[in-house]
Amino acid sequence: MLDYITSYLGSNTTPGQAGNVVWALIYIMVVFGGVSVAVMAMNWLERKALAHFQIRLGPMRVGPHGLLQPIADAIKLLTKEDIVPSEADKFVFWLAPLIILCASFTVYIVVPFGPTHAITDLNIGILFMLGVSSLSVLGVVMAGWASNSHYPLIGALRSSAQMISYEVAMGLAVVSAILMTSLNATGTGTLSMIGIVQAQQAQQTWFIFKFFPLGFIAFGIFAIAMVAETNRAPFDLPEAESELTAGFHTEYSGLRWSLFMLGEYAAMIAVSSIAVTLWLGGWMRPFPNSLTGDTWDLVFSLIPGFLFLGLALIAFIGVARMPKHPYFRIQTIGLAGFGAVLGLIGLVLFAPPVRDRIQDIFWFCAKVAVFMYLYIWYRATFPRYRFDQLMRVGWKVLLPVAIGVLILTAIMGVLF
Amino acid sequence: MQPVATTFFFYFLSGITLISGVLVITRKNAVHSALALILGLLAQAGLYLMLYAPFVAGVQIILYAGGIMVLFLFVIMLVNLERAQKEEQFNKQWLVGLLAAVALGGLLMAVYLKGSALFTEHIAQPVENSNTQQIGVMLYGNYMFAFEIASLLLLVAIIGAVVMAKKRI
Repeated sequence: MLDYITSYLGSNTTPGQAGNVVWALIYIMVVFGGVSVAVMAMNWLERKALAHFQIRLGPMRVGPHGLLQPIADAIKLLTKEDIVPSEADKFVFWLAPLIILCASFTVYIVVPFGPTHAITDLNIGILFMLGVSSLSVLGVVMAGWASNSHYPLIGALRSSAQMISYEVAMGLAVVSAILMTSLNATGTGTLSMIGIVQAQQAQQTWFIFKFFPLGFIAFGIFAIAMVAETNRAPFDLPEAESELTAGFHTEYSGLRWSLFMLGEYAAMIAVSSIAVTLWLGGWMRPFPNSLTGDTWDLVFSLIPGFLFLGLALIAFIGVARMPKHPYFRIQTIGLAGFGAVLGLIGLVLFAPPVRDRIQDIFWFCAKVAVFMYLYIWYRATFPRYRFDQLMRVGWKVLLPVAIGVLILTAIMGVLF
Repeated sequence: MQPVATTFFFYFLSGITLISGVLVITRKNAVHSALALILGLLAQAGLYLMLYAPFVAGVQIILYAGGIMVLFLFVIMLVNLERAQKEEQFNKQWLVGLLAAVALGGLLMAVYLKGSALFTEHIAQPVENSNTQQIGVMLYGNYMFAFEIASLLLLVAIIGAVVMAKKRI
C-alpha cells in the first residue's frame, strides 16, 4: 500500500493519467476544499469590495473587519428552516441545487493548476469543461419549474434562453483559441487543458497576444460571454431582484439556497480558469519569453512569499489601528494571529523546495483572482441590461464577431 | 492506462439507460419524462467513453444533454401541462406495438447470437489519445462532401425557421 502511494512521487504526470487512485483522491479533496474556501473568501471579498465601491463599510461586526462573516453566514444558512412550497414538485425541487453543484464542481477535475497539478488530463479537456458546465442550466430550469411559482418560472426561462445564446459565442471563441494550438511543426492541435498551455509554452506567446488583435478579440468575447453564462451582473436578468425578487431560487431557503450560491461561485472560478488556460498562459509566470535567465526566475519565484508577507503587514497595520477599547481586545488578538499565520505562510513559501513546487499553482490562482475581482468590479459599475438588449448583444454582436475572428484566425494560421 | 471495473460500469450504465428509457414513456408528467431522457443520454455518454470515444461522449453531453434537452424543457414549460395530463397516455394499438417489439427483439437476438459470424472484420483497438484527431481527419478528409452537405442542410433548416417565424424580413 505504502509502495503504491509513494510510487507516484517523482512521476511527471497527473495522478489521473498515472492511474494512482490514492493520489487522485488526495488531489480531489485538496482541489474541492480549496475551491470551497475560495468561494467563502470570495463571498467576504465581494461584500467588502462592493461596500467600498459604494462608500460603505460592509460587514464589520463578526471578527476583525468582518473576516469571520462567511462562517457566520454558513452557520446561519445551515440552521435555517428548510421550506419546501406545498405545491412544489418535491423531487425535482430537491434535485435542482444538487445538479448545479455537481456540474460546477465536476469540471475541476481537468483544471490545470500546473504541469502535473491537475486531477487528471483528459484528451477532451476543454470540451468536457464546456459540456459539463452547460449542464448547470438544467438545474436552473428545474429549480424554476419545480418551485411552481411565477417569478422562478420567468427567471428560469430567461436564464435558459440567455445561457444557450451565449454558449454559442463562447464556443466559437474557444474554437479559435484551440485552432492556435495546431500551429506547430507537426500541425496537430489538442483539446487537453494541459496540452493547450504547453502549446503556448512551445509557441513562446500567450494566445491573447497571438495574431494581435485576433487573440485579444476572441478573449474579449469569451470574457463577456462567461459573465453572461454565470448569470452575473450586468447579465443577471435571471435573478434580477428589482423585477423577479430572486429569480429561479426565490422559493429556496437555508441549505438549498446556499448550495445554489456555492455552485454559482464555483462556476465563476471554473470559467475564469478556462479563460486563464486558453488565453493567459495557464500556470506560466508573466514574461516567460522576454525576462529569462536564472535571476528573473529567482525574482518571480520570490513573489508569492513577498505577497503573503505584504498581506501580513497589512494585517498588522490593521492591528495598530484597532480602537484601544477593551471591547475590541479579542478582535485585535484575532487579527494579530491572522497576520502571524499569513507571515508564517509567506516564510514557508520562501523555502526553495516549496517555492519551486508552489509557483505554477500560485500564478494560476493569481490570474484567476484577477477575473474574480473583475466580476465584483462589473457588478459595482454596470447597470443591468434589458432582455432584448441582452439578446441583441449575444446574437447580433458577439456571434458574428466570433465567427469573423475564427475565419481570420484560420486564414492567418494557413498563411504564417 | 488500463480501465478498471469495466464489466461493472457497463452493466451499471446500461441499467441506467434502460431504466430511464422506461421512465421516459411511463411518466405522466412531461417534465419528468424529459429529465429521465437526460439521465439516459448522460449514461449513453458514459458508454461512449467506455468504447474509447471521448470526443463523441463530449459532444453527446454538450449537444444532447446541454443543448437540445434544455430546449425541450423550455418548450414543455411553456405548454399547458394540466391538459396533457388528463389525456390518455397510451393509445390502443397494442397489436402493432407487439409486432414491432417482437421484430426488433428478434433482430437484436439474431445479432447477439450470430454477430461474430456476420461481422468477421475485427475492430482494431482504437488509441484513446488520438480519437479526436481521427474524427477530424475522417470528417474533413474522407467524408468531406457528406459533411458539407449535412451542414448545408442545417443552414437551410435555420433559414427556413427564420422565414417561417418572421412575417416581414
